[in-house]
Amino acid sequence: MSPPKVKICLTVNGRTYKRSVEPRMLLADLLRHELRLTGTHVACAHGVCGACTISFDDRTARSCLLLAVQADGARIVTVEGLAGDGPLTPVQQAFHESHALQCGFCTPGFLMTVTEFLERNPSPSEHEIKDAIAGNLCRCTGYLNIVKAVRRAAELIRRNQPGSSVPGQTSEA
Amino acid sequence: MKPPIFEYRAPHSQEETLALLTEYGDEGRVLAGGQSLVPLLNFRMARPALLIDLNRCTDFGYLRLEEGSVVIGPMTRQADAENSGLVREHCPLLAEALTYMGHPTIRHRGTVGGSLAHADPGAELPAVAMALGAEIILAKADGRRSLTPDAFFVDSLVTAIETGEMLCEVRFPVRRHGDRHAFVESGVRRADLAIAGVAAQIRVGPSGTCDKASLVALGGGTRPTRLTSVEAAIEGRNIADIDIGGVARAGREDVDPPSDLQATSEYRRDLLVLLTQRALKKIFGEEAET
Repeated sequence: MSPPKVKICLTVNGRTYKRSVEPRMLLADLLRHELRLTGTHVACAHGVCGACTISFDDRTARSCLLLAVQADGARIVTVEGLAGDGPLTPVQQAFHESHALQCGFCTPGFLMTVTEFLERNPSPSEHEIKDAIAGNLCRCTGYLNIVKAVRRAAELIRRNQPGSSVPGQTSEA
Repeated sequence: MKPPIFEYRAPHSQEETLALLTEYGDEGRVLAGGQSLVPLLNFRMARPALLIDLNRCTDFGYLRLEEGSVVIGPMTRQADAENSGLVREHCPLLAEALTYMGHPTIRHRGTVGGSLAHADPGAELPAVAMALGAEIILAKADGRRSLTPDAFFVDSLVTAIETGEMLCEVRFPVRRHGDRHAFVESGVRRADLAIAGVAAQIRVGPSGTCDKASLVALGGGTRPTRLTSVEAAIEGRNIADIDIGGVARAGREDVDPPSDLQATSEYRRDLLVLLTQRALKKIFGEEAET
């Protein structure tokens, strides 16, 4: 017997959604199946690969380790919310220029992680970059171009000031 | 759906939480940061009848200095403890160990209390709690009790928390004059669960004599493991007279590490000797023989 569904109200990429969910539904599945925001990916389902990374109340979090019911009242940003309908953010642009994706499955998670990282550490060392992305796994690229992309993104952000997009700030659509 | 079916409640206070724990007994499971429990739910290795979510208890996330201890509430996030000026100044071993726990995204949700209550033998905080002699406070509907880490950590993923009880606070003693610390661990990635590690704090007197040595291994057994032989070889000795290599090797007999997919028991034993050496080199610097 399933327990009764729980009503939740949450903001995702600046839009408010009301839904009724089973307590056991993961936030990742709510985003993907209920809200059709399929940019967030589920791979390992236990928090180690980073493909499901989103921003939850202004901090990155694993959406495969959050229940949808925990998102009631929360402000969420997914990869779709980084640029919205606008141009690619500096981080996205850098990934594109640096050929830092192949199949693209891990990319949304990297974008969320890297966007937050560069906001906190705008001029990172090589070592700091590698540490920062250690929580995101990629099976295609071998990481070299991802590291290059992070450096390039830092450069673009420095040049762009102000106007860079970071989690927590959604583009006005 | 990955997790199995469960009922869900999100209490707003300690009283509400304890009432639920008392009512549901072993069928209730507390959800703190979720970074250890939700994986178990997703694998269906945990099948609680009721999930008690502490994330709506707004006064559980405290961190303060009180009577010679850094006092941390049950829902204080690892990231907040790591970034806390109080922790960095008064409990630097804890501050350093926190930077090894997963990586920032995990630490945004993971809690100090939750990591202790989960009691993974490869986790950093249980070893730090034991090395520092932290006080672990448990609450039940009818009152509280305080345990030493030695009493609290029973076995792999098993603590002394009883039915109807929850971890409600942990108190880390502040560092005293002369305390030096080191935290070392080794894993496949920095962000992964460690294969083994050492949390060390040694009090060195003005003349270079070691008054007190506390070294605890993670990954050295089914619970945090005190390196008693290493401690005995250090206490009362002057740094200049300590043979770090010899002292570290003495620790081989203190541990009984598990074998698993990551590493054999022998590998962990050897690794722990190396990590103990590194920790001691960090603490003693150039003053010791190697």
